[in-house]
Amino acid sequence: MATEMEGCTRKEKEACPQLLDLIPRERDWLVSRDIERSSSRGSSSSEEKKLELRLGPPGQDWSMKRERDGKSQSLLSLGYYSSPMSSNQTQKFISYQQQAKVASFLHLPVTPNKASQPWCTKALDLQNAENKGFSPAPANTAVLPNTSQKRTAPAPVVGWPPIRSFRKNLASNKSSSKSAVESENVVQIKDPNGKPVETSGKGLFVKINMDGVPIGRKVDLGAYDSYQKLSSAVDELFRGLLAAQRESCNGGTKNKQEEEKEITGLLDGSGEYTLVYEDNEGDRMLVGDVPWHMFVSTVKRVRVLKSSELSALHLRSSKDKMPL
Amino acid sequence: MSEDPSIPSSSSSQMSEDDDRSPPLDLIDGPIPSSKSRNCSGVSGSGVGTSVENTVPYPDQVLENVLENVLCFLTSRRDRSSASLVCKSWYRAEALTRSELFIGNCYAVSPRRATARFTRVRAVTIKGKPRFADFNLMPANWGAHLAPWVSSMAKAYPWLEKLCLKRMSVTDDDLALLAESFAGFKELVLVCCDGFGTSGLAVVVSKCRQLRVLDLTETEVMDDDVDWICCFPESQTFLESLMFDCVECHINFEALEKLVARSPSLKKLRLNRHVSIGQLYRLMVRAPQLTHLGTGSFNLSEGMAQGDQELDYVSAFAACKSLVCLSGFREILLDYIPAIYPVCSNLTSLNLSYANITAEQLKPVISQCHKLQSFWVLDSICDEGLKAVATTCKELRELRVFPVNAQEDAEGPVSEVGLEAISEGCRKLRSILYFCQRMTNAAVIAMSKNCSELVVFRLCIMGRRRPDHVTGEPMDEGFGAIVMNCKKLTRLAVSGLLTDRAFSYIGKYGKLVRTLSVAFAGDSDLGLKYVLEGCHKLQKLEIRDSPFGDTALCSGLHHYYNMRFLWMSSCSLTRQGCWAIARELPRLVVEVMKSNEGEEEGDNFDTLYMYRSLEGPRDDIPQFVEILRPGI
Repeated sequence: MATEMEGCTRKEKEACPQLLDLIPRERDWLVSRDIERSSSRGSSSSEEKKLELRLGPPGQDWSMKRERDGKSQSLLSLGYYSSPMSSNQTQKFISYQQQAKVASFLHLPVTPNKASQPWCTKALDLQNAENKGFSPAPANTAVLPNTSQKRTAPAPVVGWPPIRSFRKNLASNKSSSKSAVESENVVQIKDPNGKPVETSGKGLFVKINMDGVPIGRKVDLGAYDSYQKLSSAVDELFRGLLAAQRESCNGGTKNKQEEEKEITGLLDGSGEYTLVYEDNEGDRMLVGDVPWHMFVSTVKRVRVLKSSELSALHLRSSKDKMPL
Repeated sequence: MSEDPSIPSSSSSQMSEDDDRSPPLDLIDGPIPSSKSRNCSGVSGSGVGTSVENTVPYPDQVLENVLENVLCFLTSRRDRSSASLVCKSWYRAEALTRSELFIGNCYAVSPRRATARFTRVRAVTIKGKPRFADFNLMPANWGAHLAPWVSSMAKAYPWLEKLCLKRMSVTDDDLALLAESFAGFKELVLVCCDGFGTSGLAVVVSKCRQLRVLDLTETEVMDDDVDWICCFPESQTFLESLMFDCVECHINFEALEKLVARSPSLKKLRLNRHVSIGQLYRLMVRAPQLTHLGTGSFNLSEGMAQGDQELDYVSAFAACKSLVCLSGFREILLDYIPAIYPVCSNLTSLNLSYANITAEQLKPVISQCHKLQSFWVLDSICDEGLKAVATTCKELRELRVFPVNAQEDAEGPVSEVGLEAISEGCRKLRSILYFCQRMTNAAVIAMSKNCSELVVFRLCIMGRRRPDHVTGEPMDEGFGAIVMNCKKLTRLAVSGLLTDRAFSYIGKYGKLVRTLSVAFAGDSDLGLKYVLEGCHKLQKLEIRDSPFGDTALCSGLHHYYNMRFLWMSSCSLTRQGCWAIARELPRLVVEVMKSNEGEEEGDNFDTLYMYRSLEGPRDDIPQFVEILRPGI
């Protein structure tokens, strides 16, 4: 902060933020949450309230809707909401870097909504300067240009510094393969709420592989509520792939009857294939034995095995550990 | 992948050839007619009867044959574009002889149109998402799906040999279709892609029997528990290049060893971090002919202690007489650094950007690397390490210094001191990417004067809006000097505290700049205006968190059709401003994106991403994207 302050004083006068002058008389303060909730970062001082400032075009405070999961954030929209049609009016506005300086004086730690997605929450925004004025935070938060505080970093912002995620863990120099596999979700989930884009509500994605088909699939068990539905889903997912596989094994000769044959009898052993799963203890079990909800809570992955090979396996035994 | 010259696809180049026809392109089936005002001796054979050229009774076959033979020698896409505009006959001949197709923006042209025009293509390059998607600025599922491309190409290009993709979404099914459709497929290069797993790789390697190149760079590959290495054919392979350093899954090492043993043409091998140094040794002794090596972890396997196996790593490296490019070192065990000494003096490229080493640890290596042209490293080497580089590496063309600690307020081990040292020592420098916490104008100015060959200058001062830490001034003068003195500069990324003045310099002097990256910079609309009005060659402009608004956006209307894309996120734009652009430029696809999904329609959006396209709005937009379409 000190450096920035010096930099400020050396610039031309009009560029220096005069924060006291910016505090307007009649401005709307839109606060959506209880300001007194303390930051989860553990600071008890009032200066470390979490504030979210927004940079965006004039209009509704859409960012207020963002915080959903109860984490304490006080949301302050700086500035004045003008109607969108007013963009033609001449506006006096303060230069951006002044706003930036103010923002950097506000301690804006970000609280990731999920621990695994630290970069997804956009915490630092500044109110659009095209609004009528610029109002800093209320007096009980730290907006003092003459900072007596230790310089602290502004809240981290999504995508800054611009380093790809696989380069980021170098200091600790560890990235186990497990976290890397899950990192596919981390990198792809960019929703600032941290809501996984793939899932709806609680997604229960498990891998499902079929004998003879090299490409596995993922199914969201949360989308089904019964074994029958799961069985139909498996049929849908793999029917085409299986036919394609058979076709290529037959040297490309299309057997019309064979094409797109329905996959049935997955649950009762009557079909060509049977559904099998691996539970959280690593045991292989026949799908359908336990109540659905119990299955969903213990299943880790699913396989569609040829029924003819089932007898060779010891299923339903909690002692055997079979690699899938 | 290098940043390629400006014209993304020859059909788009016709937009800049805007003669008196309007709209710029006639959208009819079949090839797009070239300018009508030129006559040529050739009757259109394709049935497009809209031209008014003089016709002769028979096509001038001799001329066409000559033309086709000559055009085969034209490799530059820009030259080919120019040739295709001469007249219809040249257009057709060029289309028939183009064997490499480059699509700079997968949404600028449809697969159908591209494959209809260019019918004899052997190699295709497609680029998808904009670069800021790498930094989580774009939600997943935005698009850039390979599927429609691969399905069109499957029908149109059965002889396809090579596919290079950058920032595309690729699924396992896409890879399966690829493997099925192209019997002679030889090269697959995936840079910054995602969406598929080891299953997809398995299908490719097992079915593409002619495969020479499988390069995965900075690409995410899901672990489907499929042993894809085992899926290579059992016989001798044609493999020349196998790069999977970014694949985070364990691999079957025994299978890999056998694969290397039966791949006599293998020259480039980049291992992932699950390959230990002992395993590396075994591979190296089987493949001393390697020219490019990614060493994997460069550490012992888990559970092993040093001294358990004392392998002669030095000899293994010494045997690799052709080795010129070395990378990897994902979990480097410092004791083993001396193993690479035998190859240092031959190296032209060294990537230590995963190795957290100090200057003292670097010096014995770098002091031998006299021929080094490309060096990627972590800032853990500090300014002192950079000085060592500057002392020895007189041939250096490209330098990238990445931060160990990518946070804004971290300790800054490198600074203007390192930058200045590099500029003094490495006069041939063409490309630099430098992350630091503090910088001065003086150092940047020095670099602009010392390194006149600079083509790419990317300076990332990680603290937002940091001024010159000695003078307190904005960084305007430094970047100004770069655009002024580096006459060949085509790519620029700016940072630190920057006023509109910096942009006035860029607009005034950056006449060759094609790619510009701006973050947390500028004071007002003027900044962007300077750039849009001054940088006539600007192709790719990505801006975030800068106070540029609608007025500035409008100032680029004359130029947007010449650009590949414009990205602006968290700036001061309004929907009205974007609508104005969409209305004025019907061939521009104007996408606005919100970061939150499912919010009510409002005036607010977070990101503007717009690009020229022959196809109009795409039909695969996710929920959070809205395309502004006038008149609909």
